Amino acid sequence: MTGMANQAYDAIRALEYRYARLLDEDRLEEWPKLFVERGVYKVIPRENLDRQPALAIFFCDSQAMMVDRVKSLREANVYNFHYSRHVVSNIEILSARDGIFEVAACYTVYQTDLEGQTRLFSVGQYRDVITNGAGELRFREKIAVCDTFNIPNLLAIPL
Amino acid sequence: MSREAPAVAPPSFAGPSRDGSRVPFELFTRADVFAREQEAIFRGPVWNYVALEAELPEPCDFKTSFVGDTPIIVSRAEDGSLHAFVNRCAHRGATVQRQACGNARQHRCVYHQWAYNARGELVGVPYRRGVPGMGGYAADFDPKAHGLARLRVASHKGVIFASFGPDTAPLEDYLDEPLVAAIDRLFSRPVKVLGHMRQRVRGNWKLYSENTRDPYHAALLHGFHATFGLYRTNQKRKGGSDRARAHSTGVTFGDDWRQASQSANIGQDKFVTNYSLADPTLLEGRPDFNDGVTVSITSIFPCLVIQQIMNTLATRHIRPKAADEFELYWTYFGYQDDDEQMTACRLKQANLVGPAGLISMEDSEAIELIQRAIVRDGHEDSFLEFGGLPADLDQDRQGEATIRAFWRYYAGLMGLA
Repeated sequence: MTGMANQAYDAIRALEYRYARLLDEDRLEEWPKLFVERGVYKVIPRENLDRQPALAIFFCDSQAMMVDRVKSLREANVYNFHYSRHVVSNIEILSARDGIFEVAACYTVYQTDLEGQTRLFSVGQYRDVITNGAGELRFREKIAVCDTFNIPNLLAIPL
Repeated sequence: MSREAPAVAPPSFAGPSRDGSRVPFELFTRADVFAREQEAIFRGPVWNYVALEAELPEPCDFKTSFVGDTPIIVSRAEDGSLHAFVNRCAHRGATVQRQACGNARQHRCVYHQWAYNARGELVGVPYRRGVPGMGGYAADFDPKAHGLARLRVASHKGVIFASFGPDTAPLEDYLDEPLVAAIDRLFSRPVKVLGHMRQRVRGNWKLYSENTRDPYHAALLHGFHATFGLYRTNQKRKGGSDRARAHSTGVTFGDDWRQASQSANIGQDKFVTNYSLADPTLLEGRPDFNDGVTVSITSIFPCLVIQQIMNTLATRHIRPKAADEFELYWTYFGYQDDDEQMTACRLKQANLVGPAGLISMEDSEAIELIQRAIVRDGHEDSFLEFGGLPADLDQDRQGEATIRAFWRYYAGLMGLA
């Protein structure tokens, strides 16, 4: 890779890691800010991919909708107490054009309950579109395609 | 399948109380209860939901599904007729069809290549007459006697049911008029499947049956609407059931959800806040029906729930896996004549329901909370007296009455009454 490409890769990796860390540190309110205002976030079960448009189980097509989701998680929803751990790996830039990057990565999310027992909660792929806006990289689109499309209990915290 | 039904030993566990208001916890935890349910309920005189016809529209389309914990294949034959048979090779018991769905003129077992047609009939046996060095089958080997075990199939408005029971009442009689009407309403136009959602719940399947017959918990467990100050000015409910009261259907009439001003009294003060949706497009839709019904929940014994919540339409198939585990399998659909905007609206409103549903994620958590706490004290009871108990159980219509009716029907089938 050239120096410029290295720089882009480092910045994208930093965004992916930051995404994972904010969720794991329960800083949910900062999660929407990693997206552009009209950003899209979806969780799509892998078995739905052959249908277009694919049915998502979690669907936001604006930053405001992500804010609503976080507010709902904080104030309205009842879900299993747990710590989450998002591991992002195999980050690969698939295309780069006009400051827009198509990125694929693998994710693994573990959940640990209040008795300290950990289980593998979900594994799958991120299909991201990342763009340079206001001096920093943000997600224009983040699709989490779940290999684990049989969701253990429920999905509250974003993948 | 065995040729003769095994003699059923009397149960060693207690049933619900006669009025259905007390249910021993062990009915949710014991492996022998679960095993008996497979025989007496899922393989008994009931119609089990297995698929939608929209999932297998073409000749030779198939879908694998379950009746109780038994794996089955639902198939459309060349002539368009529907069939269901156990997905287990008649030779040595291997899973025959390994795909979730597809199109196949033959279902072929990989182990010894026994092949079955779209009706489950045995049509191919390798080396049946033998080859040098390897004997085949005797001259009187009859392929007709070695097909896949077949279930009866009935479809109403494209909703497919299957039954192991030789004497199960005709489907429309089993459902009875109010339930037939509920299906007719939602399936009045040809549907198209938009996708599936699945969740694995570490709880007993009957806890979900109770949940979908329980009006008491709705506003108490699910806080989304009240939290965001969403209310409807006009809300009226109506319910119905079959003669045997195995099933239930309920509808809520109402105008669209509105944003309450801070001073509005929405009758759920416990949760009222001043939040409002930053992006209200979530709830933008258009009515699918002109009857004013915005929510309808229909629970059909033993394993089906059909929902309309605003523009979200889905079947929920309860697939029991063990005494303490079930899968909830959602088939999310719209209508074939939906325009792009309507499909987009259904896909966005899918946020409301399913394993990550803003108004539904609490249900599986509540069920797991029960399952975790009832590991011991199996003779203690779940308490179901909300709404009061009339002397005449036919008049039992209030509060948790629909759950009590479920348990009375269950007890009858299980020989626990």
